[in-house]
Amino acid sequence: MLLIPCPWCGPRDEAEFGYGGQAHVPYPEDPTALTDEEWARYLFFRNNPKGPHPERWCHAAGCRRWFNAVRNTATNEILAVYRVGEPRPVIV
Amino acid sequence: MAEHIARHSPLGGFAARFAAATRGSGGAVRLAELPYPAQINVRLDPKGPAADAVRLALGIALPVEPNTAVRGGGLAALWLGPDEWLVVGPAGTAGDLESRLRGAVGAYHAAVTDVSAQRSTLLVSGPRSRDLLSHGIALDLHPRSFGAGRCAQTMLARAQVILTARDERGPGFWVLVRSSFAGYLAQWLLDASSEYTAPGYAAQGCSASQ
Ligand SMILES: [Zn+2]
Repeated sequence: MLLIPCPWCGPRDEAEFGYGGQAHVPYPEDPTALTDEEWARYLFFRNNPKGPHPERWCHAAGCRRWFNAVRNTATNEILAVYRVGEPRPVIV
Repeated sequence: MAEHIARHSPLGGFAARFAAATRGSGGAVRLAELPYPAQINVRLDPKGPAADAVRLALGIALPVEPNTAVRGGGLAALWLGPDEWLVVGPAGTAGDLESRLRGAVGAYHAAVTDVSAQRSTLLVSGPRSRDLLSHGIALDLHPRSFGAGRCAQTMLARAQVILTARDERGPGFWVLVRSSFAGYLAQWLLDASSEYTAPGYAAQGCSASQ
């Protein structure tokens, strides 16, 4: 079980959170101009790193806010959490 | 045509069992329903003019520190999110409270919604109330981390609840639970309190001190 630090509520049990996939995937500026392949890449293609990965999480059973977390996919260590609109912290 | 529609609390049928558990524990845990409190959900920008207007109308400020509650004048304002609060007042005052809040925010960008029917409210108090809730809650309920003025939305026995510590002396909590989960949670609390209500428990003096 992970202990995830909500940027509003502090450390909470993983069961209180929903997972929202990779963070910082921008909506296409002009969706109608995309080819089928570009649209498919936007919808379905995600990074799959072994190591730090910026992700969206929602504190579903708590404050119900979405936020971003950088999680090490190999160790499950949460390296940083930050609120929506805040820049992605530099992980060294 | 119905002439009279009786109102039933989802926990109305539990009064006798709550009283029996309270008696059986010798007061170590006290379970009761607080029927029909007024509950108004308020959403606004805490830095905007609507927040000041609400503070003036209620006589209490909406807390900006996460997971805290502010009480005063028979009302409680519970932090639910950075732009969301639950204002709780005495039973029967929902209409009045909603009008006061609506009048206060006026044309400012805000939302005021009567959600009184959404949740039922349980009172869990007594010297063993922390131990009882800790059977099903992951938060540290020790007074140094969850004393008076704290509130939290979390899971109690896998049911989503709003938990807030009372201001009164001695341990005690309000547990606000969605009405459709209230019966389940009442059953769970009665079951979890069985170790404090077992025959002889109160006689052993286990309920003393703490
Ligand atoms: Zn939260």
